[in-house]
Amino acid sequence: MKLYNGGKIITGLVIFLGVFLAPFAYNAGKAAYTQPKLKMPENEKECIESKEFMRTKHMQLLNDWRDWALRDGKRVYVNSKGKEFEMSLQKTCMKCHTNKAEFCDKCHNDAAVSPYCWDCHIQPEGLKK
Amino acid sequence: MNHTRRNFLKFMGVAAAGLCAASAGSALAVSGAGSSIKEPANAANAKRWGMIIDTQKCGTKEAIEALSKACHSVHNVPDIPGNQNVKWIWAAKFSEAFDQHNNYMDEAHETCQYVLLCNHCTNPPCVRVCPTKATYKRADGIVAMDYHRCIGCRYCMAGCPYGARSFNFMDPRKYLDPSKLNKEFPTRMRGVVEKCNFCVERLAHGKQPACVEASNGGLVFGDLGDANSEIRKLLREHYTIRRKPSHGTEPGVYYII
Repeated sequence: MKLYNGGKIITGLVIFLGVFLAPFAYNAGKAAYTQPKLKMPENEKECIESKEFMRTKHMQLLNDWRDWALRDGKRVYVNSKGKEFEMSLQKTCMKCHTNKAEFCDKCHNDAAVSPYCWDCHIQPEGLKK
Repeated sequence: MNHTRRNFLKFMGVAAAGLCAASAGSALAVSGAGSSIKEPANAANAKRWGMIIDTQKCGTKEAIEALSKACHSVHNVPDIPGNQNVKWIWAAKFSEAFDQHNNYMDEAHETCQYVLLCNHCTNPPCVRVCPTKATYKRADGIVAMDYHRCIGCRYCMAGCPYGARSFNFMDPRKYLDPSKLNKEFPTRMRGVVEKCNFCVERLAHGKQPACVEASNGGLVFGDLGDANSEIRKLLREHYTIRRKPSHGTEPGVYYII
C-alpha cells in the first residue's frame, strides 16, 4: 500500500496535533482549578437557602426577587424553613455579605462573568469618588 | 424480543419521553425549594394612591426646593448642572404647569411656584409606549419603573405630557456625593430614564413619601379609592385642578389653587 502525498499528510497531522494539544502542554504540571476561598459572614451561619441552592441558583433567585418586589409588591420571602427575609439586594444580601470583593467578585472573576448589579446597586463598601 | 424497526422506534420513543420527564421534574424541584412570598406586614395599601398639593402652603421656590432635597437625597438623584439634570420633583410657574392659562391673571398665582412630579396617571402614556415593559402600572395606581429593563429608548419621555421623566445622559454617580448616599436605595446608570416612584419602597414599610413628610402638611398623600380618607376629605372641601386634563391621562396628583 502506498500513501500518496504521505510526507505532506504526516507533517500536517503533526502540526495539527501540536496546535491541538498545546493547551494541555501549556497547563501541564500546574495545579488543578480549586474553588476560591470566600469570606463568609461572621455573624450568620446560614444563608436564606442551602449553600448548594445559593451557589447554583442565586441568579434565578435574584431575578425572581426583583419581579416579586417591584411588580407584585410582595417584598417578603419566606424560605423553606419558614424564616422571613425582605427581598432586597442592598438591605438583605449585602447586610451579611459585607465585602463584595471578597465574596461576589471571587467566583465571578474565576467564571469570567461580569454581572452589572453594581452599576446601580450600591456595594456595601460604598462608592469611591 | 425481535430486533425489528418497529421495536426500535418504540424503545426510542419511550426513552425520549422519560428524559423529558426527568429533566422537567428536576427543574421544578430546584426552583420550588419549599419557599413562598408575601406582602410585608406593615405595608401601606390602597386601591388607588393619590396626592393633593396645597399650593398656598408650598408655593415658593424655597419650600419646593426643600421637598426636592428630601426626595432626591432618599433616592440618590444627582444634581447635574446644565440642561441634562435629573429631577423627580421640582418647581415651575403656573404657565408651565397648567394649560388653563387665562389672561390678566392675579399676581399671586402668576408669581406662585407649583410642585411638579410624576402624576401617576390612570391612563399613563409612558406605560403604553414602553417597548420593554420597564414602566408599568401597579394595581394600586403607582406608575413604577424597573430600571433593569429600561433600554433608554426615551419613548416614555416623548409620551409623557408632563415632562416628569429624566434621562441619564451620563453616569449619575459622577454627580453624587459618595458620603451622602442612601445605601438602602440604588442609583441609576447611564442610559436609563428615571422618575418619581411615589416612594413605593417607603410605602412597603408603612412610611409616607419623603416629600410629604418634608412638606409640613402642604402635601397630603392617601387612598383616592377610600371615601373616608384624608385626601378624599380635602378633595370634597376644596376646589382642585389637575395638570392638562384634556389629554385624558387622569392624573393622580391634585392641586388646591
